[in-house]
Amino acid sequence: MRLEYFQMVDHIADLDLGERRITVTSRVPQQSTVFEGHFPGHPLMPGVLLIETMAQTSGWLIIALLKFERMPFLASVKEAKMRDFIKPGEPLTVESRIVHDGSGFAVTEAKISVDGKVKCNADLTFRHTPFPNADLRGHMEQMARQIGFPEQAKL
Amino acid sequence: MSSTFDQVATIIAETCDIPRDTITPESHAIDDLGIDSLDFLDIAFAIDKAFGIKLPLEKWTQEVNDGKATTEQYFVLKNLSARIDELVAAKSA
Repeated sequence: MRLEYFQMVDHIADLDLGERRITVTSRVPQQSTVFEGHFPGHPLMPGVLLIETMAQTSGWLIIALLKFERMPFLASVKEAKMRDFIKPGEPLTVESRIVHDGSGFAVTEAKISVDGKVKCNADLTFRHTPFPNADLRGHMEQMARQIGFPEQAKL
Repeated sequence: MSSTFDQVATIIAETCDIPRDTITPESHAIDDLGIDSLDFLDIAFAIDKAFGIKLPLEKWTQEVNDGKATTEQYFVLKNLSARIDELVAAKSA
């Protein structure tokens, strides 16, 4: 996880297109300027960044289901619950599943666990469109290689 | 009054917090009820679930953008209800 680059996913651990679900892992960095402000003397992963982590996890699942032809963009967040603190250095397991596959949009349920305990969850809606330009698609393909996106999921 | 319209009107009322009695078959979802594209995603989600279909929103939007259809054809509720009935019929055919 590189907060300064908004790179919230370290590794795709499991991608099941049949079941339309994904599991990724990511470790919260031990040090970040984010923690200097959130909060001094009591560093915590901000809730908005946890939502972003769930959104990016869902996003990789949607990209896989759409054969890397379209890009999802977060449209709404519902029922977001921050159930417990997440601290610097903690290893996250992030799971997402497709609840609905609509025309030009998708709905997911996502959650983040630490050592088997659910720390937060949310229902997320995404619009998806063809990649707006080659640069973004190229960047996403590079990211996909970094996090272990299965090549066969592009076919 | 079609049961499809009643279901759609109820979905819109509940999803967008619009008084049910202000929603009529002649209501235009965008122009009269003020439903924006994000709210319409929630409505489409609920309609898809309720009727077991997939509203072809992208196709409709493209047709409107290309001048091949008007928004009234898809977003006046009596017309939307008719499109839903067609999709349900096509699914079960």
